[in-house]
Amino acid sequence: MKKIHILGLIVIAIAVGVIISTAGDASTYVTFSEAEAMTHKGNHSSIHVVGQLTRDAEGNITNMLYRPEIDPNHFEFSLVDNAGTEKKVVYPAPMPQDFDKSEQVVVIGKMEDGYFAAEKILLKCPSKYENDKVEFKEYSAEPAS
Amino acid sequence: MIKPQIMYHLAIGKFGHLFVIIAFVSALVAIYGYVKSQFAEKLTQEQMHWKKLARSFFFVHSAAVLGIVFCLYWIILNHYFEYNYAWANSSRSMPTGYVISSFWQNQEGSFLLWIFWNMVLGLILIATSKSWEAPVMAVFATVQAFLTSMILGVIIPGLDLKIGSTPFLLLREAMPHLDVWKIKPDFIPEDGNGLNPLLQNYWMVIHPPTLFLGFASTLIPFSFAIAGLWLKKTNEWIRPALPWSLLSAAVLGLGILMGAYWAYETLNFGGYWAWDPVENTSFVPWVILIAAVHTMIISGKNATALKSSYILAIATFLLVLYSTFMTRSGILGDASVHSFTDLGLSGQLLIYLLTFVLVSIFLLVYRWKSLPSDEEEVSTYSREFWIFIGATVLCLSSFQILATTSIPVYNKIGELFGMAWNLAMPTDPIAHYNKFQLWFYIVVALLTGVGQYFWWKRVSKDNYEALYVPLVLTFIIASIWIYVGEIREISYILLLTAAIFGIISNGAILLNIIKGNYRISGGAITHIGAAMMLIGILFSSGYSKVISLNTSGLMISRSEAFTANDNKENREHIMLWFNKPERMDDYQLTWKDIRIEVRGVKDYVPASWVEMIERDFRAVALRDIEFNGKTYFSRGDTVEIYPDNFYYEIEYRDPKGKIFTLFPRIQINPGMGGIIPSPGLKREWDRDLYTYIAMSLDPTAEPQWSPTETHTVAMRDTFFLNDYVAILENVVRTEEVEGVPLKDTDAAVKAVIRILDKGEEYVMSPTFIIRDNTIGRKAETNKALGLRIQFAEIDPKTGLFTFAVNSTQRDYVVMKAIEMPLINLLWIGTLIVMIGLAIATIRRYGDFVKTRDREEKSKVKVKKPAFDKA
Repeated sequence: MKKIHILGLIVIAIAVGVIISTAGDASTYVTFSEAEAMTHKGNHSSIHVVGQLTRDAEGNITNMLYRPEIDPNHFEFSLVDNAGTEKKVVYPAPMPQDFDKSEQVVVIGKMEDGYFAAEKILLKCPSKYENDKVEFKEYSAEPAS
Repeated sequence: MIKPQIMYHLAIGKFGHLFVIIAFVSALVAIYGYVKSQFAEKLTQEQMHWKKLARSFFFVHSAAVLGIVFCLYWIILNHYFEYNYAWANSSRSMPTGYVISSFWQNQEGSFLLWIFWNMVLGLILIATSKSWEAPVMAVFATVQAFLTSMILGVIIPGLDLKIGSTPFLLLREAMPHLDVWKIKPDFIPEDGNGLNPLLQNYWMVIHPPTLFLGFASTLIPFSFAIAGLWLKKTNEWIRPALPWSLLSAAVLGLGILMGAYWAYETLNFGGYWAWDPVENTSFVPWVILIAAVHTMIISGKNATALKSSYILAIATFLLVLYSTFMTRSGILGDASVHSFTDLGLSGQLLIYLLTFVLVSIFLLVYRWKSLPSDEEEVSTYSREFWIFIGATVLCLSSFQILATTSIPVYNKIGELFGMAWNLAMPTDPIAHYNKFQLWFYIVVALLTGVGQYFWWKRVSKDNYEALYVPLVLTFIIASIWIYVGEIREISYILLLTAAIFGIISNGAILLNIIKGNYRISGGAITHIGAAMMLIGILFSSGYSKVISLNTSGLMISRSEAFTANDNKENREHIMLWFNKPERMDDYQLTWKDIRIEVRGVKDYVPASWVEMIERDFRAVALRDIEFNGKTYFSRGDTVEIYPDNFYYEIEYRDPKGKIFTLFPRIQINPGMGGIIPSPGLKREWDRDLYTYIAMSLDPTAEPQWSPTETHTVAMRDTFFLNDYVAILENVVRTEEVEGVPLKDTDAAVKAVIRILDKGEEYVMSPTFIIRDNTIGRKAETNKALGLRIQFAEIDPKTGLFTFAVNSTQRDYVVMKAIEMPLINLLWIGTLIVMIGLAIATIRRYGDFVKTRDREEKSKVKVKKPAFDKA
């Protein structure tokens, strides 16, 4: 066997290792029920859940709790995932700007007992000025400044 | 006030659009001309004719590009807010430097920046590349045609197909839905949206042009590689391509590092690299380009390296295109905050990307058989072998980054086949990347040394003597460092040792060769710089140390972010009350004031010196603005400020009693999610002290005062204000009351109230003014105490005085301070890498010019006899 072939084999081996580790480390977008199942199995890795906010007939967000005077770093809301399951989400940081305007919300975190503990929130909101443009915003759970 | 009738400036936009079309069409003609000239018979009239034609059309193209740039700048600099581009990216309040950078804020402008650099590089190649001009410029013109089509902004009638997005769109065309057009069709906004204040930073003025010059220059090695395949000049393309590859590596590297430096100075995540997809997709082509440079250097001796050079030079440019596609197509969408929104051009971008990928692959496959092969196997003791291994490791490094960064692309591909993979980025990117990258760069650092020894033939089979001294030195220095620095992590020990070896071995080589010829020292210098960067990265991120340890026992926040991990953040932040010294590590800290930036004043100005005008970038000076004896503005002047930025003046007193002040910043930036902290940095040679404000009260908000409490006291009485002991020392007549001009008939008295806080003493003096038969009361506020006292009443009968007192939350900040050891090695290493690459570029360019001129001479020699006969 030529050296170049041995080298090739080593390179392929490392590349395969890279792919396996990427697949292993990659997080997934799941629904709340899948997230709960994962927690039950003892899998506590961070996951992404996409969903919509719950709104009443006038379009106001319901089930939202944010009282900065008591704790500026506690924000709760309800999220309906793409399978239609509604769950409480707790975000240990101030309510993100423009939260009420967002159409779609991605929460990243873990499923806890009965609620979803979000570490990060991604908002997809219609831009203030344009009706057909969409802008993305990312928030990390940072304490109130 | 009657406003002058504002007119739309339509002509400039029409000209701009016309220039775009001219640039596009002339690029197409230039392609045709260059291709024709290449296929024409050599050194004939016909060839010269086509070449001349192509060249003149590239000149037309260049002039048109300059025209586009001029028009867009004219619109932005003159604040023509009827144009969407000016409105969306600039505002009247922005200083000129930042207005310049609003040019490349949006996709269209950044494409234009890229087009501009390509045009400049194209002109240089026309002037220098002689026999390579036609094939190389044909590739250049093709790329220019694609790029200009991205800003064409033409809708093909009937098909409803949009080609490109023009920067010369009027606001009413960009946003036809707004109601204002129905009422007032010629509406022009008063002011623009402005540039995100986070980007209003000098690094953001120079980082994008540098980065885009780096991107643009990767086209040169690509074009030469394609030309080499096309003309079957299998080996010859390397010589002209190599200096450009080196230059490109320097510029692209510098551009990336400038972005990292901006992040370090401006964002508060405590570092310079966040593994964001946008950062990654610019880093990957750079690493591949570095690998390409290495294989190109050994390609003369080794056919495998030559083949690799083709692949890597082509891959570099394709990865730049891929990066463009990732950041502009909206595919990264929820994976990165940096990405542009989709302009509906992702299809066009994809066609662009796929065209170049397919054409390159086709050419490579078509010519692969005609490329040379190595007759005998490369020896393990040859320099080619070790350099090739190094290039391979670099490729693996970029492969890992690319494989992860492409996750959103896998999802899209999955969707095409009807599968929902729903993959998301790893939630802990640092751990994910480091578990491979750390090991790759240990190997790279070792190879920089070993490779150089083989390169300069200082070692060979059975002769490793030359390596002994560097190895022994490395082990001595590394052992001491590991012992003294208490480095226990095995991977860090290896990386440190490898990097020290890289520095010492390359240093030895450098000393050895620089005596002979400094022009060939580029490689050794670059490698020393790279090894220094590795040590800087290792220590600044692996051994950064939080020094703001909370020793007060006070719990700062009950939020989960602070209580998680056994109160980690509560233990790692300190709280500073206004004007109250506090200990942190060896320092004594005092938060003195909040300051702002006044344009034209070098020092930060206390916020209380000016009255800010709401929603404006101007303020009125409440007193003379004076520093070091120089008066910048007088009281009552209107000054220009940066209204979003507040600098917290934190005074540090070190154990020796030396005092310095840091100004960590917070920025009110609703567009980015509220309040954005930026660090204040104290740079020392061996470490940075990195501090930022983690929490503060909103500096723009008025304090919330408690309900009024009244205290009626006699002279020398002691009473309690909030938690403090207060003594009414005296009530005296006063002739001057700040802010209230007194007349002769007025009478004014002020109370002198001494207030005792733990270890501190304050005096507050509210005043009481009698004018004619009315009473004026001037309250005094003390921020450090959170108190406001008003002199409410004087009772002459009883001799009692009444004070109305309000209290508020004492102002505080919560701060984090981190020590970043040896971060300067990263920046110095970067500079050394740039110097090394520059030396190498000059040397390789000299080689190219020599060969080129020899070729040209031989051509002339062939021709000359013909002239003589005639």
